[in-house]
Amino acid sequence: MAVVTEEPKAGFRLGMLIYDTRYRSITIQIVVLMLVMLGVAWLIDNLLSNLAALGRGIDFGFLWNRAGYDINQTLVEYTNDSTHARATLVGLLNTLLIAFLGCIAATVVGVIAGVLRLSNNWVIARLMTVYVEIFRNIPLLLWILMIYTIFTEAFPAPNAFRGDTPAASMVMFDTVAFTNRYTAIPWPMFDRSLGWLPLGPLWLNLDLAAIVAALVGGFLLNRFILRRATRIQEATGDRPTTWWQCTLALFGPIFLVLLALGTHLDSPSLQGFNFTGGLQVSNSLVALWLALTLYTAAFIAEIVRAGINAISRGQSEAAFALGLRPGRTMNLIILPQALRVIIPPLISQYLNLTKNSSLAIAVGYMDLRGTLGGITLNQTGRGLEAMMLLMLIYLIVSLLISSAMNVYNNSVKLKER
Amino acid sequence: MKQSVFLGTLAATTLLAGAALAQGTSTLQTVKDRGELNCGVNTGLVGFAAPDASGNWQGFDVALCKAVAGAIFGDASKVVYIPTTSSDRFEQLTSGRIDMLIRNTTWTFSRDTDLKMDFVGVNYYDGQGFMVRNDLGVSSAKELNGATICIQTGTTTELNLADYFKANNMTYTAVPIETNAEGEQQYLAGACDAYTTDASGLAATRAAFADPENHVILPEIISKEPLGPAVRHGDSEWGDVVRWTMNALVAAEEFGITSANIDELATSSQNPEVQRLLGTSDNLGGMIGLEANWALNAIKAGGNYGEIFAATIGESTPIGLARGLNAQWTQGGLLYTPPFR
Amino acid sequence: MNTSTSTFVRTEMLPEQAPPLTEAGAVKWVRENLFSSILNGILTVLGIVVVAYLVIGIAPWLSRSVWNAGSLSECRQIIADRWGEGVTGACWAVIRERWPQYLFGFYPSHLYWRPVLAFVLLCVAVAPVLFDRLPRKMLWFSLIYPAVGFWLLWGGSVWVPVMAVAGFAIGYAAVKVVQPVAGTILATIAAVLAPVLWWLFLAGPAADALQSILPIALQGVRSREFGGFILAFTIGFTGIAFSLPLGVMLALGRQSDMFIVNKLSVGFIEFIRGVPLITLLFTASLLLNYFLPPGTDFDIILRVIIMVVLFAAAYIAEVVRGGLAALPRGQYEAADALGLDYWKAQRLIIMPQALKISIPGIVSTFIGLFKDTTLVVFVGLLDPLKGITDAVRASTDWKGIYWEPYIFVGAIFFLFCFGMSRYSMYLESKLKTDHR
Repeated sequence: MAVVTEEPKAGFRLGMLIYDTRYRSITIQIVVLMLVMLGVAWLIDNLLSNLAALGRGIDFGFLWNRAGYDINQTLVEYTNDSTHARATLVGLLNTLLIAFLGCIAATVVGVIAGVLRLSNNWVIARLMTVYVEIFRNIPLLLWILMIYTIFTEAFPAPNAFRGDTPAASMVMFDTVAFTNRYTAIPWPMFDRSLGWLPLGPLWLNLDLAAIVAALVGGFLLNRFILRRATRIQEATGDRPTTWWQCTLALFGPIFLVLLALGTHLDSPSLQGFNFTGGLQVSNSLVALWLALTLYTAAFIAEIVRAGINAISRGQSEAAFALGLRPGRTMNLIILPQALRVIIPPLISQYLNLTKNSSLAIAVGYMDLRGTLGGITLNQTGRGLEAMMLLMLIYLIVSLLISSAMNVYNNSVKLKER
Repeated sequence: MKQSVFLGTLAATTLLAGAALAQGTSTLQTVKDRGELNCGVNTGLVGFAAPDASGNWQGFDVALCKAVAGAIFGDASKVVYIPTTSSDRFEQLTSGRIDMLIRNTTWTFSRDTDLKMDFVGVNYYDGQGFMVRNDLGVSSAKELNGATICIQTGTTTELNLADYFKANNMTYTAVPIETNAEGEQQYLAGACDAYTTDASGLAATRAAFADPENHVILPEIISKEPLGPAVRHGDSEWGDVVRWTMNALVAAEEFGITSANIDELATSSQNPEVQRLLGTSDNLGGMIGLEANWALNAIKAGGNYGEIFAATIGESTPIGLARGLNAQWTQGGLLYTPPFR
Repeated sequence: MNTSTSTFVRTEMLPEQAPPLTEAGAVKWVRENLFSSILNGILTVLGIVVVAYLVIGIAPWLSRSVWNAGSLSECRQIIADRWGEGVTGACWAVIRERWPQYLFGFYPSHLYWRPVLAFVLLCVAVAPVLFDRLPRKMLWFSLIYPAVGFWLLWGGSVWVPVMAVAGFAIGYAAVKVVQPVAGTILATIAAVLAPVLWWLFLAGPAADALQSILPIALQGVRSREFGGFILAFTIGFTGIAFSLPLGVMLALGRQSDMFIVNKLSVGFIEFIRGVPLITLLFTASLLLNYFLPPGTDFDIILRVIIMVVLFAAAYIAEVVRGGLAALPRGQYEAADALGLDYWKAQRLIIMPQALKISIPGIVSTFIGLFKDTTLVVFVGLLDPLKGITDAVRASTDWKGIYWEPYIFVGAIFFLFCFGMSRYSMYLESKLKTDHR
């Protein structure tokens, strides 16, 4: 062994760094690294000298000052006395909400549209083609603005519901009102609410926690019952009747919890300028969600189509030869294989959707860019700090989504030897 | 070995940068060398700064840019208008891309100090108001409890609104909008009960409605909004140029100097202050690094303050603003320039 | 055998009969394509209802179009006069009056021929890239087109773009000179270093000197005067042209075995993909100045283009990586077995297949890039969708007009993006080599 390590040393010339394949890759890497480091050092040096010239430093202290502005949709406690950091958190949660809702809806719509586009139903296939092409080829900003405008123009203002002969009326037994500001829907209220449990910056809603716990508990109980039934079946050959046990396990706990909390539905009613009571889902949220969903779904449909087309025709022919119907061929043979091609671009689409939600400001939805990158930035004038923080938060969110999806991607990837 | 080369390069760069900064050429000199004034204006607010169909910028703020260019170059056309948004305006100024910012910007403490800008004066005294439809049956902002209110984001109006409702123990729902055009759309469609912005903006917006008589601007003015031009902190010579150009326009109105009679007054006026202002006696221009006839050129660019006001946002224009607080002090307004001597 | 007795044998064919009514013509087609199952039937009916609803909703508004009016109120008056009080109609007069602004922004009106010529030449330059039946010699024009287009759009001295192109010639010359003396690797280094040095230190003075000797110049136009669709096209096409090679390089870097190159590529791609384009544009427009030596300031459109290129390249890298991952390992092994080196294997075996698989994704990215040019409005540039439309709406004449400008701009974007996606389909089917 010693001889082997000695040998290159003995014959080492400077030229080998370039010409010897053993060293070349290391040389290239070191040169690249040095160039990159030099570039970064140059940028940072410029930044520091520029800031020094302006008499400003990088200071994130503004985050702890009073924000002073109001936000119209807050998932956590927030008033205009809260800090800018709190406002950032509110914006982040709003971004995550729209991203989450959008990704789910876009996947469902996209897969359906992609499969239907390949359907042999002439009308539906054409219609899906038109849908995909129109949404894919027109900027998202336009869709957001258009859909929001449709909402604003098509639904009545809340004061149209007033008076003895109102111009508009509520639907669903007078419980739901569509207005041009929001959709007012009934929302469960708890007479014996458990209140909030303070956990650092986030407060835990104990009512919600109890409901989630009951749901999860019921689900686990159901699994246990089914497992037990399987065990008995394997031991004795008889499967005990479980449907009533399962129903009880699934719905019993949640029913008891809701009863214990004193749940009743709070319906919206018109008071003053607006509806009060119930939950008001703002049109900006719905319009943005709809625009992001339809837009991204068009891309997902295209990805699904390409994925399905990428599967060799022999696969579906083999499935037909086995006597599988077209629907089952799609579910059991084509889609699982197509997922391999579909997943990587799908990750891109999820990331796209999350980042595209930053256009929310066009409809006044207060997301991360609207709070931290919008009002906070304008009110404090700390452009550099706010932008860096904004990028960092988006980056972390994207990396989390991307790594979660990559784990999934690895599990469906074709394993070759 | 290579590390030390890096450090050497780095040090050299730093030294060069430091040397360049130490020289610190003044903004006035930079502008003169460039031959053009970079003026940061609104992206489009009728009356204050908006491009017309052929791309010529018009408006009250734009006129001040022209006056400053006139004062420096004797040619009001040597201006590059750089549209700035409410989010990027301060960075544009501090990063040096624009020489002056004149974009309906409210003079506040933190902007003047923390953001390293200098406001050199007030060219329009404004205040925040509310506009509602007549049929809403509201006659005072105090009756707006529970209302939905459209508001432009990124402005001081958001903070004022929050403060006002808090002080009066009322609640509201804010509908944040990006541009005035969107705000109008929302308001007209009834997506908000009231629209709030600077009173001047409300008047301009209302004037452009198809049915202005169905909308009313509520009497409450809930804030002070002194709008004025801003320059970078730490360059007082440049600040002086902008400040005194603005003062010259105001003083010109006070002395009755208009674009019509200015050439005549420049040669024949016996009023010593007018003579000093127009550069016929004393060389005031030299004191701020400009030609003797700087003010003459500035006023010629678009007329005096009153003429500019009348031509861009005054009562004869679609905007239809009254002078109000922006009248001369002799007329009961707040315009009061320090003496030119 | 007696033939006359075998009566049960038919000696002539029966005449051909028409197929059953349900198995022929339109009925058969409808049965097979629209109502092959209950679910399909429901879907068909639903689809038709949706289409009918949309048509009934929009057609009357479209049918009442006004093309000649000076302002929105005048336009509404004309609609009221012509079709009666209270009806709504489309007011396309705004497009008719402001179309130069939508196309050219605030580009000086007597110079409109320049962007038009640049666009025509762009078509000429792009054609040989898109269609391989055209003569290959035309590719030379495609190569120098960026300089021509730049000169036509921005104007200024002709020597600036000429000197920029000269940099490439110098790089080529450097290879020719160095290669025989010092070998390929040093020649490659020289090919990179010489043009960079030329651009940094010599190109500017050389252009000035030539300009003073032989002054050929077009009237200069500032980036701030760009707007509308020439802005979208300038950013869009430059972005597309530069993001593909960069994206492929990044994808290769990400697949590379070299640890540092791999990690740097991954870091870069994930960073760019992780932040919204708006924040990058904002960085380009404002914060970039903090990161450059004091006093440096380069063109706003150039800064936006750089950001757009980086953004699109990261996406293309991911798309190409998807294509590389879909290739069976055997392809790499076969290339190795043939004794091809890395670049040859990539060029001849891997990339053609990987890119073919990635075509839909790549074109999607291009289309996305083109559409994202509308976001430049957030850094104060006048994009056609919001920048110009807001400028139009800021005038008292056209205050309160929404649908018509949006539809017009949307239609133009659709036209170009749809063209791109059709081309990608054409390319897909042209390159299809397997038997389906």
